[in-house]
Amino acid sequence: MNVIDTRGLSCPQPVVMTKKEINRGKGDFSILLDSVVAKENVLRVLERFQLQYKEIEENGEFKINVKRS
Amino acid sequence: MKNFFASRWGIIVAGLAIGVIASVLQKLGNPSNMGLCMACFERDIAGALGFHQAGVVQYVRPEIIGIIIGSFVTSIFFKEFKPRSGSSPIIRFFLGVFAMIGALVFLGCPWRAFLRLAGGDWNAIIGIVGLAFGVGIGVIFLRSGFNLGRSYSSRSRFSGWVFPIVTVIIFIFFLLKLPFIHFSEKGPGSQYAPIAISLIAGLVIGFLANRSRFCTMGSIRDVILIRDFHLLSGVLAFTVAALIMNFIFGQFHPGFANPPIGHTDGLWNFLGMTLAGLAFALAGGCPGRQLILAGEGNGDSTVFVLGMLAGAGFAHNFSLASSPKGIGTYGAQATILGLIFCVVIGLFMIERRKA
Repeated sequence: MNVIDTRGLSCPQPVVMTKKEINRGKGDFSILLDSVVAKENVLRVLERFQLQYKEIEENGEFKINVKRS
Repeated sequence: MKNFFASRWGIIVAGLAIGVIASVLQKLGNPSNMGLCMACFERDIAGALGFHQAGVVQYVRPEIIGIIIGSFVTSIFFKEFKPRSGSSPIIRFFLGVFAMIGALVFLGCPWRAFLRLAGGDWNAIIGIVGLAFGVGIGVIFLRSGFNLGRSYSSRSRFSGWVFPIVTVIIFIFFLLKLPFIHFSEKGPGSQYAPIAISLIAGLVIGFLANRSRFCTMGSIRDVILIRDFHLLSGVLAFTVAALIMNFIFGQFHPGFANPPIGHTDGLWNFLGMTLAGLAFALAGGCPGRQLILAGEGNGDSTVFVLGMLAGAGFAHNFSLASSPKGIGTYGAQATILGLIFCVVIGLFMIERRKA
């Protein structure tokens, strides 16, 4: 599974990287984030593309697992 | 806890509220079409601290202090206060310098560009188109892999307290009217709303902009980059609210001629904002957003803000800033130099894709 590590990168990098992965088109992937703002922005993109995801929070960092059938 | 202000309606409500506040601040004494302006107000603070000697633009704007402290308190309350830094600070400093120079060639940050529009100053349209053009160039770099690298959490949370504390100390110096704090006796720096109201307005904006992530540059960038109109809806709400309030207060004076604290040189209105827009796009936020992030403990944004203060010093000490008479003696050269700087940074900071 592809892991996109956006930790420490400021906006819009997390969104750009997520979008690039979405455009790649296949397979599940997960996104690592360390800011709530970046998470909100990334989730907005995922919702726009109607992708299913699960969100895990740990020590102020986030991992979002995205399912693509 | 779900963040209401991160929703579509949330950012619209925040934009409307900030637009109303801007118009009211002008009604209560702030300069024309300058109820709020991050670049102008930071420039006024730079003047108040003696970093430049332009006597008409020296005043410690309580709005700016309020925005930083408002964001600081909000981020602590919502557990988003996260001291961090390390993402190309020197580049960010000079992006701040040139963003300020570009804004002062136009005479306004993006916030004020929309407020000038809401006050009927049609020169602002040219500025906003220039802004969008600059952001568009920034998007090309972003698409090509431009980024300023990662930031890292600070070892101590105190590093995020330093800047807010310093701003409070400066504000206290200002309240005490200490002899080294300058106060304009005439000009825009002598026009201001009552201090308490300005401060409260700043605190409220700090809260709203923090929770909603309001960003004028981002509103244009997101439309071009990812066809996302979220932030833009907030900026449009901001402009419409200011427009309506300006009508009510009799502050709407449509036309191109004699813009208040502006000039009619279309080419440099356009290119000044192109420079500002490109610098903001590369740095990842408009000046308002940078203040909000500085309040949240983001050291890289703090460096950008300090760059803007230094840029205000350059702009007035070197005769780069415009005035109602037109652009400054070296305003054109500085704008070109700034554009070259931004393009070079844009090219050098493109990350090659790994094989």
